[in-house]
Amino acid sequence: MKYIDEFRDGDIARKIAERLRAEARPERQYSFMEFCGGHTHAISRYGVAELLPPNVRMVHGPGCPVCVLPIGRIDLAIQLALARGAIVCTYGDTMRVPASDGLSLVRAKARGGDIRMVYSGADALEIARREPGREVVFFAIGFETTTPPTALTLRRAKEEGLKNFSVLCCHVLTPAAITHILESPEVRQYGTVPLDGFVGPAHVSIVIGSAPYEPFAAAYRKPVVIAGFEPLDVMQAVLMLVRQVNEGRAEVENEFTRAVNREGNRHAQALVDEVLEVRPSFEWRGLGEVPASALKIRPAYAEFDAEVRFGLGYRPVPDNKACECGAILRGVKRPTDCKIFGTVCTPENPVGSCMVSSEGACAAHYSYGRFRDIPVRVEAVA
Amino acid sequence: MCLAIPTRLIEIRPGAQALVELGGIRKEISIALMPEAVVGDYVIVHVGHAIGLIDPDEAERTLRLFGELASQEAH
Repeated sequence: MKYIDEFRDGDIARKIAERLRAEARPERQYSFMEFCGGHTHAISRYGVAELLPPNVRMVHGPGCPVCVLPIGRIDLAIQLALARGAIVCTYGDTMRVPASDGLSLVRAKARGGDIRMVYSGADALEIARREPGREVVFFAIGFETTTPPTALTLRRAKEEGLKNFSVLCCHVLTPAAITHILESPEVRQYGTVPLDGFVGPAHVSIVIGSAPYEPFAAAYRKPVVIAGFEPLDVMQAVLMLVRQVNEGRAEVENEFTRAVNREGNRHAQALVDEVLEVRPSFEWRGLGEVPASALKIRPAYAEFDAEVRFGLGYRPVPDNKACECGAILRGVKRPTDCKIFGTVCTPENPVGSCMVSSEGACAAHYSYGRFRDIPVRVEAVA
Repeated sequence: MCLAIPTRLIEIRPGAQALVELGGIRKEISIALMPEAVVGDYVIVHVGHAIGLIDPDEAERTLRLFGELASQEAH
């Protein structure tokens, strides 16, 4: 497949790894956070971690919209399906996220909730057109990549004058979360993780451009390199970060120039701005309440806002006590530091959200990385 | 979640829709977020919508950069 296969060439990956070994200074440690779950997945799946020098460590970030979705939000969607009789349409990713009372959307469906998996918001609209006698709610989650299609769906619903369609909007914003990782008060609870730089989002940046990271890089003196989601992109971005650190630079650089420019998709940005506005605060799983980090539906579209239409009130719910998702999402703990990783909590039966999506740090390590741990343990015993 | 793939645009259809092809599979998607896309472009598709465009020159440049790097001797 063009523009995919070329960026997965193992020989070139090994050459970039040689450069990295030559340029990473042996006397120091490098810690970089890959914000996005897409990068976490690529690093685990293609064995990028093995190719990096031992003093270059990748820390998994909270950039997986499924993983940061708090229990209280899933509870709202379940409530709409079970108590209000609405057809709840959602992306497949959210179906197995654990909610209150041992429920998830897929379990609520087994209890008779009319919950339907859709590929696109446009599919949810089509269901609303076909079932005019039912309330249809699109449970919309995702970062800036997924937000413009939701905005388009809302505008379309208004243009068509649909009377039975609304959106439960849970869209979140990337730059706010990256900043929060470095400055939040909860850092005291979880401790801090020393980070030398960030691998910046790929597809989020197609939409928002590279400019929104510039104030962050300047204010916190942390380099950001925007990278594509293929393994060579990640390797090259890490090399660019090592060079910035070595040269004492903290700039926004772009490895993903084939798809990202400084301005982003202006058309998509204008549409999002027309339909959605920033929420004062939003709860993230693992990060807590993060100011100005999510979007809600503008009053002009209130009739399509499920929170307004059904008078929903948000109630925060604490995570399972044994679950370390909070610390893992901040990069202060690794999946294997969690007592229930791979035993009680598995992709088939996830306790925490990091085990749900294949982009979650725990699911990625469970699927591709856990066998790496085995020889280490054998040596330790010997 | 942010999964998106470059696909070749092969036909523009009414209502800001378009037909794309990836490895022999064809699918109708929306180009309402990428109205400037034309037949032959590689559009980046996410949840049924083109959200961006591949710049072939930049893709070539990035690959060349990897290539140059690969030919350099590590020291």
